[in-house]
Amino acid sequence: MIGIIDYQAGNLTSVARALRYLGMPCRVSDDPNVLKKANRIIFPGVGAAGEAMANLRQKQLDLWIPEWVGEGKPVLGICLGTQVIFEYSEENDTKCLGIIPGAVKRFPNNLQEDCMPLKIPHMGWNHVAFQNDHPVFRDITDEAQFYFVHSYYPAPTDDRLVIGWTDYGQLFCSALARRNLVAVQFHPEKSGRPGLQILANFCRWGGEDAE
Amino acid sequence: MLSKRIIPCLDVRDGKLTKGIKFKGNIDIGDPVEAAREYYEQGADEIVFYDITASSDERDIMIDVVTRVAETIFIPFSVGGGIRTVEDMRRVILAGAEKISINSEAVKNPPLISEGAKAFGSQCVVLGMDVKKVEASVKTPSGYEMVIHGGRVFTGVDALWWAKEAENLGAGEICLNSIDADGTQDGYEITLTHLISTNVNIPVIASGGAGKPEHLRDVLTRGTADAALIASMVHYRHYTISEIKKYLQGSGIRTRMTW
Repeated sequence: MIGIIDYQAGNLTSVARALRYLGMPCRVSDDPNVLKKANRIIFPGVGAAGEAMANLRQKQLDLWIPEWVGEGKPVLGICLGTQVIFEYSEENDTKCLGIIPGAVKRFPNNLQEDCMPLKIPHMGWNHVAFQNDHPVFRDITDEAQFYFVHSYYPAPTDDRLVIGWTDYGQLFCSALARRNLVAVQFHPEKSGRPGLQILANFCRWGGEDAE
Repeated sequence: MLSKRIIPCLDVRDGKLTKGIKFKGNIDIGDPVEAAREYYEQGADEIVFYDITASSDERDIMIDVVTRVAETIFIPFSVGGGIRTVEDMRRVILAGAEKISINSEAVKNPPLISEGAKAFGSQCVVLGMDVKKVEASVKTPSGYEMVIHGGRVFTGVDALWWAKEAENLGAGEICLNSIDADGTQDGYEITLTHLISTNVNIPVIASGGAGKPEHLRDVLTRGTADAALIASMVHYRHYTISEIKKYLQGSGIRTRMTW
């Protein structure tokens, strides 16, 4: 069973619907006792970092999530779920889970491309340049695009954790991996077939590192 | 680099498409879920549903449509029409829509925008704007006025002022419909689109007037729109979405070509 962490952060049912479409049994829950029985975990979410951390603390999920990552369970972070695994987010000046060294930063207001100002949030479809052949991103073509909607982006201290870069006036980390943890800034559940492929790959992945 | 989005718009009444849509083999389809599936497979980047059901008793039918769409397509979609309260928004979002759009109701009750943004995040709240060209005046200095109830009622509200005000209130995106261009298939209102898009820092979807791929090219370049809404040109099978995208790609506009 795949556990989907519910912490009152947006519409979590879309991830569950995508998994059901793929024929993968899953359960959306905010109860650590239910989630710890899952053999893999998805940590989704949209919304603001401050409220997300408050909700996680209230359910003691801030203690459980690092434990599940530590014990080797495959874990997939999505969007806000990806952001709160870092040490700190500039959004609401929030101390986060600290699983991955680094911070989450706001896109600067003066981003430009071809002399045209870029809007914030970064909303819509964009490319991800994958850096290696990670099992979760297998069979994704270079032409594939993914659906993004965010104003803050993850900036890991160690660039070697980055496995996908995206260009929005500047390059930012849109996918990262460390051992059994994979985290993406885009929404695979809303990214058509390439997104479903990533979810299917994750559901089959044993948690091992890339080559 | 971000792609420009191509978004088909489906009008739904009592759970059925209001205009039949021609599909493969020229079959007329009235089921919004099947239409959504078809456009998803043609490469739509997002889909907009507009519920024009008159009676509120029939709203549950739309919730059922939203639920079935969410089980069928895996791209974002929004639902507008008949949303008057945060509770209305919640039902649609929980049924699986990514975004809700509010139009006349937002003009009459602006705090609805901030209440929606606070409850679900700005990215969920699309402001629909129906706009008509008017004489520039003290009340409407931009020369564009907000109209509501399908363009029948003038509000005295300046369109440019309202776009900025809605952004401040927390709207995450604007769907900008020119009542003058709507239904003509003669092209989008480029001047209006450029005016609004360059004066707000949230994405603008241009709407009204699309008849040919060249119209999309113009509004996405000269009009600086972030996305283009289309209806008749695909509903009547004059073009497929992938044909439109190929044309745009050939014109140097970034679009999503793999799906």
